[in-house]
Amino acid sequence: MSGDLVNLLLTGTKETLYMVFLSSIIAFLLGVPIGVVLVVTDKGGIFPLFKVNKIVGLIINVIRSMPEMILIIILLPLSKLIVGTTLGANAAIVSISIGSAPFIARIIENSLKEVEFGKIEAAEAMGSKPFEIIKKVLLPEALPSIIRGITISIIGIIGFTAIAGAIGAGGLGSLAIRFGYQRFRTDVLIGTVVILIIIVQLIQVIGEAIAKSINRKRFKFE
Amino acid sequence: MIAVKNVSKTFNTLNEKVEVLKDINFEIDQGDIFGIIGFSGAGKSTLIRCLNGLEKPDSGNIIVGENEITKLNRKELRNARKKIGMIFQQFNLFDSRTVYENIAFPLEISGYKKDKIKNRVEEILELVELSEKRDSYPLQLSGGQKQRVGIARALANEPDVLLSDEATSALDPQTTLSILELLKNINKRLNLTIVIITHELDLLRYCTNNMVVLENGHIVESGNTENLFLGPKSNTLKNFINITKGLQENRNFLGGEGI
Repeated sequence: MSGDLVNLLLTGTKETLYMVFLSSIIAFLLGVPIGVVLVVTDKGGIFPLFKVNKIVGLIINVIRSMPEMILIIILLPLSKLIVGTTLGANAAIVSISIGSAPFIARIIENSLKEVEFGKIEAAEAMGSKPFEIIKKVLLPEALPSIIRGITISIIGIIGFTAIAGAIGAGGLGSLAIRFGYQRFRTDVLIGTVVILIIIVQLIQVIGEAIAKSINRKRFKFE
Repeated sequence: MIAVKNVSKTFNTLNEKVEVLKDINFEIDQGDIFGIIGFSGAGKSTLIRCLNGLEKPDSGNIIVGENEITKLNRKELRNARKKIGMIFQQFNLFDSRTVYENIAFPLEISGYKKDKIKNRVEEILELVELSEKRDSYPLQLSGGQKQRVGIARALANEPDVLLSDEATSALDPQTTLSILELLKNINKRLNLTIVIITHELDLLRYCTNNMVVLENGHIVESGNTENLFLGPKSNTLKNFINITKGLQENRNFLGGEGI
């Protein structure tokens, strides 16, 4: 293995991990509250607001129906506004976070809807405020399912960074296209694929292990 | 203690309007154990849910203690509910919390300090005889133990009323008996008013003083439990008594034990 290959892959991996890490955090900060809003404002939810629910749902569907590549291009002006450039990892993070948040919101919505209505009703019957129900019942009860959702989301975000790599974001995706595809460096192509497989596997295994250990602690065996 | 006056409620389904409660009237005295019996779909669940405002009647008034439940705003209703405990057929315990934490829940949302919560939870754990299970999770418990936790959780805030929504329907007869013993015991010790809804006749006869019989959303009979059993007037109650008798005879005939 030549030295430049190792260097290329190392830099690419670092850039990808940087993008995935920051995008995930921002996307969750945006997506989790939106997912909660979707559930609590729904008809029969703990704080029904029909119009809010419909509007949020519509915005999510609009963003989710756009191909990732197009979404990144549309959000470039926003990246320029926030980080001052349309190139590089930081610009991509803006697009990826905003592009992934609606997906995460739907995943969280799904997890929270799995919580049996009886538990929510019991909390209401005890005089809980809506916020207390969210914090003390909905989120903790759904936690293992949420963790699995987060795992899926992070893996989705990794794919997103690879696409962003095609239009100047850096990272392993950019490496695969610039070297592997355009310069016929098959070794680089294979290297990026192998590293991506390892990263995705690791995240999947870790996520699954955390979800399982929480369930086991609660004696919910699968 | 509890007064239900002219309460009616209609559910709108896709094709039709279903009148689940029609002009319901009754009163429950402080410290009474009061039963509401009816076949499935008679409106029992809706009625008991009106008592703590989980359902809102279309018309009529409901008074629990000093509160007119039907007139409260959201915040007042939340505060009123803290003094109305409720237990459920499916227990509805929080799987993410230990027994201790489940019982602590109503105290947490009432803003009590940690050490006050600890004292109260330990005291109530003793009352329901579950002290050794304090760090278990609900999924580790048997049905009877789960319902004891449900009762403990409902009693933690020292309520004036306990509502029991088919609380023993998922339990075997022996466990049912022990839960009923516990409820009777609590009623005596704390002078707590208990409202029980059920479709099990023996259960009412065993532990209630007064009862109403609900049929298709209205009350067909009400009064002292023992008197009603001795001279049932409504077809619903007669049916209940006959069915229960029939079951007992069948079991005897089959060589099994009577209820």
